[in-house]
Amino acid sequence: MKEVKIITRDLTFHYGLKMALNSINLQIPEKEVTAFIGPSGCGKSTFLRCLNRMNDLIPNVHISGEILIDGLNIYQKKIDVVNLRKKIGMVFQKSNPFAKSVFDNIAYGPRINGVNDKKKLTEIVETSLKNAAIWDEVKDRMHDSALGLSGGQQQRLCIARTLAVEPEIILMDEPASALDPISTGKIEELIFELKKNYTIVIVTHNMQQAARVSDHTAFFYLGELIEYGKTRKIFTAPDIKQTEEYITGRFG
Amino acid sequence: MRLKNKIIGGTITTAAALSVVLIIGIIAVILIVTIIGGKDKLSWEFLTSFPEDGMMKGGIFPAIYGTALLVIIMAIAAVPFGTITAIYLTEYAHEKSWIAQVIRFAVRTLATVPSIIFGLFGLGFFIKFVGVGMDNWFLGGQLKWAQPNLLWGSLTMALLTLPVVIVSVEEAIRTVPKELREASLALGATKWQTIKKVVLPGSISGIMTGTILAVGRGAGEVAPILFTGAAYYLATLPTSVSDQFMNLGYHIYVMSTQSSNVDQTLPIQFATTLVLLMLTFTLNLTAVLIRSRLRRRMK
Repeated sequence: MKEVKIITRDLTFHYGLKMALNSINLQIPEKEVTAFIGPSGCGKSTFLRCLNRMNDLIPNVHISGEILIDGLNIYQKKIDVVNLRKKIGMVFQKSNPFAKSVFDNIAYGPRINGVNDKKKLTEIVETSLKNAAIWDEVKDRMHDSALGLSGGQQQRLCIARTLAVEPEIILMDEPASALDPISTGKIEELIFELKKNYTIVIVTHNMQQAARVSDHTAFFYLGELIEYGKTRKIFTAPDIKQTEEYITGRFG
Repeated sequence: MRLKNKIIGGTITTAAALSVVLIIGIIAVILIVTIIGGKDKLSWEFLTSFPEDGMMKGGIFPAIYGTALLVIIMAIAAVPFGTITAIYLTEYAHEKSWIAQVIRFAVRTLATVPSIIFGLFGLGFFIKFVGVGMDNWFLGGQLKWAQPNLLWGSLTMALLTLPVVIVSVEEAIRTVPKELREASLALGATKWQTIKKVVLPGSISGIMTGTILAVGRGAGEVAPILFTGAAYYLATLPTSVSDQFMNLGYHIYVMSTQSSNVDQTLPIQFATTLVLLMLTFTLNLTAVLIRSRLRRRMK
């Protein structure tokens, strides 16, 4: 196992009175892909959204325990959430490009960080699009609206937009669930490339996808972390019966 | 039993049809009467010249000009203020917090206050309080701001149209998808950056709708400016916000009640009414069109 990037300790999360996560302890390694699987409502997306404090936006939630990223508890009072989110990019289930041009979408992050030099921005935009494997498809339509791209292209654009902020970690919340198989394949290839430089955490409904792209897999059920380990082991010889039942499709 | 249902159903259908006919009829009568009465008088010259002979002849240019200035200054005051309030209500205040509820209640109440009350408030607050205060503090008691003028009239009208702006902008802000806000925040944008770069650009058509509706309302209201700035007759156009101004709605009122020969001014009254109607219809129609485009986008 490589260096540990993210550690959670007894992470418990409530929506109002309803418990969504119960005392989760997990270690996520650096520059590898970790997949969260489990049936709907098992808490995997909630957990993902704790990692960049996206859940802060929801009123009436309560969180306890710790999340350490590079050894630092991100739920400490003095943590600047805005800076934290620059370090931890997020790709959403539904692609969500802004109603702006391709260029302005990618340049959004750098611009809010104060990069205004045209040459520098062009450079960042080009690199980000290349790294997200979409440069060839959009290089001639940089100033067209991003909303004119196909669903798969939009999702890779959103990945490129995330890369432009130079995060260390990328969280992906079912990034391919709304896409056709070919677009899904492209996203998976991309994840494989990206893990050379980024720590990736992906939530997925699709178990084949988890098996294909991830190095580690965590199985969640009813807010509990049931089993966590090497993907190969989880999918071939899980220790716990529930995991096996879910993976073989007997429930979920 | 079945017969009874039939009778009730038939009665309701007839009543509904009648009321539709009645409403359309009223609008038709207003339009036809106004058009017939005013069409001969309405001309380019009428729109661009001053009243003459104690307002018995001539045009209505000062009233058009005054109305335009009134709604422009009103919009400059009401739109930013209303937009900021709408942003606070949608983005900052919690839906259930007491302060948000108090503001919403106040906005709803403001929308139902009779317009003459705004006029009295404007007189009491802007002229007798702010105006007198400004004269005493800055001009050593010399009379300048403590009297009706364009600024006080416009600000009073802005108060009246504020609810329209707030409600329109709020509605537009709510149509900006949550996913876009999340995308922006996830990229490390602050809340304010997200509002400025994602939420407001996405609400621009709602802000425009609100502005146009407010302008349409402000162009037609008279009561708020009765005591706060509208003049019976002015020989010159206002050149400063501390001048009084003429106004289309008030001009109609003046000519139909204060004129020495009401019958003789009748064509002028009709033509002025026609101008005012066309102005407010056009503004409202534009607002409706923009709003329907906005609603389509929501779906």
